[in-house]
Amino acid sequence: MTTIRRAPELLAPAILILGTALLGLEVSSYLQAYFLDTLVKVAIVVALYVFIGNSGVLSFGHVSFVALGAWTAGVLTVPEDQKRITMPGLSHFLLTTNVGNVASLALAAIVGGIFAFVVGLPLMRLSGLAAGIATFGVLEITNNVLTYEQKIGPGLNAFSSVPSTTGIWQAAVGGLICVAVAYLYQRTRFSRMLRATREDPAAAAAAGISIYRQRLLAFTLSGALAGFAGGLYVHLQPLQAGGLSLDLTFITLAMLVVGGSGSLLGAVVGALALNGLFSFFSAATNTVDVFGWSLTVPSGTAELALGALMAVVLILRPSGLTGGRELSLPRRRRSVADLEKARVTT
Amino acid sequence: MIVAFLNLTWPTFANGLALGGVYALMAVGIGLVFGVLRLVNFAYGQLIMAGAFALAYGSQWGFPNWASILFCFGVVLGLSVLMDWLVFRPLRTHSPAVMLVATFAIAFLLQNIALLAFGPLGKSAGALAVLNAPWDIGGVFIKKIAVISFATAVGCLVILQLLLTRTPLGLHMRAAAMDFRTARLLGVRANWVISGAVIVSGLFAAVSAVMLSVQELTVVPAFGTQDTILVLAGVVLGGLNRPIPATLGGFAIGFANGILGGVLPSNQSQYLPSFLFAAVIVVLLVRPTGLFARGGGAVERV
Repeated sequence: MTTIRRAPELLAPAILILGTALLGLEVSSYLQAYFLDTLVKVAIVVALYVFIGNSGVLSFGHVSFVALGAWTAGVLTVPEDQKRITMPGLSHFLLTTNVGNVASLALAAIVGGIFAFVVGLPLMRLSGLAAGIATFGVLEITNNVLTYEQKIGPGLNAFSSVPSTTGIWQAAVGGLICVAVAYLYQRTRFSRMLRATREDPAAAAAAGISIYRQRLLAFTLSGALAGFAGGLYVHLQPLQAGGLSLDLTFITLAMLVVGGSGSLLGAVVGALALNGLFSFFSAATNTVDVFGWSLTVPSGTAELALGALMAVVLILRPSGLTGGRELSLPRRRRSVADLEKARVTT
Repeated sequence: MIVAFLNLTWPTFANGLALGGVYALMAVGIGLVFGVLRLVNFAYGQLIMAGAFALAYGSQWGFPNWASILFCFGVVLGLSVLMDWLVFRPLRTHSPAVMLVATFAIAFLLQNIALLAFGPLGKSAGALAVLNAPWDIGGVFIKKIAVISFATAVGCLVILQLLLTRTPLGLHMRAAAMDFRTARLLGVRANWVISGAVIVSGLFAAVSAVMLSVQELTVVPAFGTQDTILVLAGVVLGGLNRPIPATLGGFAIGFANGILGGVLPSNQSQYLPSFLFAAVIVVLLVRPTGLFARGGGAVERV
């Protein structure tokens, strides 16, 4: 009974993703780019949610896992002759090793997960502002190293000639995988324990839960998902280290908080709503038709609208659009007469 | 002695002191607002950016220097009061995490307004650039701005210390930073104290804007963002709750940044942010409540 009632917890986000993908198939290939971008953002935000939503601890470091995943998948799939031209400084192993599309995504997830685990080992001992600043430090360091280190990637340049395999299906399946993993995790006892530490750390610790271990587990899992999303991202468009730092952190965090960081549905809704709005205004820079009205806005309006919406939602509805709740079917009320009968018979 | 040991030159040392001074001011500006509101204002860098643009436009329109500086102060103060009214006030009762993300949104918004209004290339803040010329102090050439920055920072901090310890407003601010609810019960007026903190923090942002725009010459929409992140790290490093540790933390990271930037060869100094943040992480692991915190009282804020 509970299983059926809880079904929308997984189904609602999945249907939203599939709906976006189907809509993306209908539009012109110019507009489809926005749908693809949105689906990849959904994957990133769901990865963020697995840690932030369950633990209640803010992390500014997840985009570094996205970046690392993107670097892994990118470097391993650019054809070798291209690598010799565009990334001459690459180390020998990376220069000569090439893998396929699926393998590159899997490796991106593994590298993201391992890096998150290694970083989390010391960092998950911290909490509060110290943890926030430390994860910020991780982001800055990763970005700094990826920008200048030419042994592991293109350095300051953008990735070029990565096979663009992230079409609408790969993006949708990628998003669904992230959602499914997040759902499966939040049905486990580990997630329940982590949520208990979120609500009341002292009581949870008194009940025998290791806050450190639970946070580390969620951090690693969410790092792996972030790496996977980074892999999807690099197969979509030529990425640059500068594009994988502060701005992406801002935007993805805002998506999570605007949607409602307490629920998987919130993560998906936030990513779809904000990126949808952003895409609409970006497209409107070159005129869009809205119910027969043609609308043109100056470039930069998209960022303004996004920033303003973020601020307004946070001020008016700080628990997010979904209020941090999952969708579930209403509990079937038993009538009073039934209850009376039940009491008499017992 | 330190100077000889690190193989430093006096000008580099002076630049380190100057940057440290400015960062200390920013640290206090962030720390004061945190003290009364429990809010980490990430949009602080955008206040500085706005001030720097005001300065650049002032000099472009042919204002005399004192008028452009006044203009800069006006813009920054106006913006901070507006921020307090429109954002901090409605969010006062919400969780620190929501407030932090909201200031993120404001920072993003302001930066994009600047991008739309002033373009990505930025403006040069020309009028005060003469201050980059060196003074000859006993055979050592030190930039005027380095001396002025450091002196101004020390002056501002002394005035703040007097304000905090010798005036009723300062007393109320310290009480509110210690325990806001109890302070209110004892007759501290919340709005008064918060406005005071916001205005002082805005003044410090304006001073920092003047100093930084002379040192960096070009004002772009991202002006001050990187500095704010470093200062935040410094503030947390020192201990966010009390002004003096926060100041020391801000100064330390500014000083380290200025000196290492001058000493390291360019193929190493490109990794400077990595070194700084690695050091910050290590210190946080050893002393999570800050370098200068007195034991206990590790309350989770975010």
